[in-house]
Amino acid sequence: MDAKVIKPEAEGRDDNALKIVGTSPVRPDGVPKVTGLARYGADFALPGMLWGAILRSPHAHARIRAIDTSKAGSLTGVKAVITSADFPEQKYEFVGPERVAINFWHMTRNVMAREKVLYEGHAVAAVAATSKAIAEAALRLIEVDYEPLPHVIDVDAAMQPDAPLLFEDMITRGVEPPPKNASNISKRTELNLGDVDAGFAAADEIVEMSFKTAPVHQGYIEPHACLARFDAKGQGEIWAASQGHFVVRAFTARLLNMNIGDVLVHPAEIGGGFGGKTVIYVEPLAAALSRKCGHPVKIMMSREDVFKSTGPTSGSSMTVKIGARKDGTLVAADGLFKFQAGAFPGSPVMNATMCGFAPYNIPNVRSVGYDVVCNRPKSAAYRAPGSPISAFAVESVMDALAAKLGMDPLKFRLMNACKTGTPTAWGPKHAHDGYAETVKALLAHPAYAAPLGKNQGRGFASGFWFNNGGESSATVHVNEDGTVVVATGSMDIGGSRASMAIMAAETLGIAYDDVRAIVADTASIGYTHVTGGSRVTFATGIAVVEACRKVIAELCARAAMIWKLEPGEVIWENGCARPADAAAGKLEPMPLKAIAAKRALTGGPIGAEASVNAGGAAPGFATELCDVEVDPETGGVKILRFIVAQDVGRAIHRSYVEGQMEGGAVQGIGWALNEEYIYDDAGRLLNAGFLDYRIPVASDLPMIETVLVEVPNPNHPYGAKGVGEVNIVPAMAAVANAINNAIGRRLTELPMSPPKVLAAIHSGQK
Amino acid sequence: MSKHHVTTTLNGNAVEFLCETQQTLLEVLRDELHHTGTKEGCATGDCGACSVTLDGRLVCSCLVLGVEAQGKSIQTIEGMAEGTSLHPLQRKFLEHAALQCGVCTPGILIAARALLERNPDPSEEEVRFWLAGNLCRCTGYNKIIDAVLDAAHEMRGG
Repeated sequence: MDAKVIKPEAEGRDDNALKIVGTSPVRPDGVPKVTGLARYGADFALPGMLWGAILRSPHAHARIRAIDTSKAGSLTGVKAVITSADFPEQKYEFVGPERVAINFWHMTRNVMAREKVLYEGHAVAAVAATSKAIAEAALRLIEVDYEPLPHVIDVDAAMQPDAPLLFEDMITRGVEPPPKNASNISKRTELNLGDVDAGFAAADEIVEMSFKTAPVHQGYIEPHACLARFDAKGQGEIWAASQGHFVVRAFTARLLNMNIGDVLVHPAEIGGGFGGKTVIYVEPLAAALSRKCGHPVKIMMSREDVFKSTGPTSGSSMTVKIGARKDGTLVAADGLFKFQAGAFPGSPVMNATMCGFAPYNIPNVRSVGYDVVCNRPKSAAYRAPGSPISAFAVESVMDALAAKLGMDPLKFRLMNACKTGTPTAWGPKHAHDGYAETVKALLAHPAYAAPLGKNQGRGFASGFWFNNGGESSATVHVNEDGTVVVATGSMDIGGSRASMAIMAAETLGIAYDDVRAIVADTASIGYTHVTGGSRVTFATGIAVVEACRKVIAELCARAAMIWKLEPGEVIWENGCARPADAAAGKLEPMPLKAIAAKRALTGGPIGAEASVNAGGAAPGFATELCDVEVDPETGGVKILRFIVAQDVGRAIHRSYVEGQMEGGAVQGIGWALNEEYIYDDAGRLLNAGFLDYRIPVASDLPMIETVLVEVPNPNHPYGAKGVGEVNIVPAMAAVANAINNAIGRRLTELPMSPPKVLAAIHSGQK
Repeated sequence: MSKHHVTTTLNGNAVEFLCETQQTLLEVLRDELHHTGTKEGCATGDCGACSVTLDGRLVCSCLVLGVEAQGKSIQTIEGMAEGTSLHPLQRKFLEHAALQCGVCTPGILIAARALLERNPDPSEEEVRFWLAGNLCRCTGYNKIIDAVLDAAHEMRGG
């Protein structure tokens, strides 16, 4: 099915001048990935390599009285055994911006438990041995003396005053005066805009509802894996699949008390991340084992390990109240968002409080968040972290409010749509348009008014995501033959080498196939932040274009030298240097290849580096349409049609932009209908595998339809906005609103699995 | 515990290897024969990333023991292209941008080839059900389905 592209600002746009931006060439790393030659995290080996294995807690919550590794250590073939004693203590402090703050005291305890195990699957020891079988046998010889403790899984239960405490001295941050007693509530945050009480007093209609969502896993197909090699000089190398090899380097060096420069991280190809590979698990363990025995050590997680010990996103408990005047004008919104952080603080609840109401112009907003620890794996980022969760609540309430007002749900959203200048609950005003355009795109879509059959329903929902900029580095080198190598520090998780090559070729005015784009290791390029936050095409793209512009300046200078002109007398056009002024004489334009051929005579190799801290990322907006059919006998929900309308700024590689939208929508459909963590009474995960944790398969789905709305971002040379994340944000509410439309019952708990849908059908409540 | 000596054919080449009783074909391919194109996603037969064919039959190599390869013919992703000439499925996957991270791709290509050998003209629904045992978390499957249908069309002489 052909995707649509809508260009709301058609007048005055210079899209026709673009030759490569917006096309869909084959990715530079494509052939190795279809022939099995691309090397992912688990695909590296070194001579003398050992296999590492990790002993994990069978308890949801227990004190570690003692660990005896002596028998394991003396098993033939075992070369190293480590516990938390092999990692230095870290200072207890939150570092970095509050929204994404890191505490290394927590991080070192998450990669290897110290005083207590806090979830089933928590690592307690690791071994390295000459074979996988010996490593596994050694784990069985490690004796851990546990004192099992009461545990808590649910977020509302964890907030009760008598709940078992994960940290006996944790005082809630963000509350004045600070509470006297410890609790599982790590942090309270509150955003305020206007006067909420006065706003609700002025409302004609108010809807208030409560919601619960289950934790869901990112579900990348590649389990975490790495190979580490440390030598007698105390220097080390790591081959790892991650969303940021610089972050792997920084975190691993920190946990091992090493200089950052003594750790070199090679970027393996990454088999999916979706946020879950922006943190470390196996890397510091493999490194510590290798450091202890002097041999290379490889660790691969099993799928069960991935589910039990790596970050799902938070489950939640939420209450949202929104009020409007009779004419549909929103006047007030109040949200209470309680998020499971898992075993250590750091859920994305702040994002949730910020993003939930962000698509709308609401003069009075209060948004309160609680970050709550409980005996589950520590949550990790997952595609627009936090935003899809609060959007499920807010967009469900918006749908109910539209119905109460007797208004069309899309037109209700459009009349309240944010635009440039609309205040946000967290302070700054929106600086970009794009949201209203996504609503208009669906209003104009034939699917909007298409007829529905029996047991079928249609739902709409919208979403907001910040999109990030930040630190990125790129180098551009002109080769001897005039081809170009572009290197960046951004892991390529879904085609970014292609986007970088497109932007470089477009800027330099040369063919796409003359640009080779690679991902460089941590010693070969400047610091580059993670591939996450939908930041790479924007921020790393700016670095690439900036480096290309430096190269162009140098190419012009070289041409001027050859022509004996002043550097300012030469300009760059269509991949060639040419005199700026015809008065310079009759000189044929000099192509890049010709300048490269004469580089030795004009000063040597031609290349440039650009490192940026990119600001001006424009947020992502998406609005989605979902048609469902509900089976009244089973409660099963079939997705009949799903359309994503997303503001993409300007698509750089069109197919990969569509791919992000399609993939994000399907992850949202899985979150809506199937996916959840299921625990037994002892706090043990019952569905730690892809058979019972069911992500969408091909036969569950129709073709996802995409509408690329292009409202260019003036802060990027080609207008790019991040496109990776916002597409997941509206999806669960779009499905819920469609189910409500089909059966006349509103589901407020995720996942909307058949038993819940069936119960709703048979319930009296509407 | 002595190892087993296994004689087999891998992508048309005669191969011998030693393996432990409990080693799966997936482990043998990756760890003993250094064919790492076949991926481990779950090791429980649920994701299809380790799909190979054994005497032409599509299997999850994580559910087959290495010793079961004795006397059989194994086809993996490394044998799909003929020299530098890509199989039409491989080419169409690239043209349609049918991979994002690419880790499920080898298994899906092997499974799709097995489908087209049995049914050269599948419907969209038939492709979706045949590939339901191959998980992809990145793409939402659109472009994978498009690529398989387009490759089938081309292979029929379309």
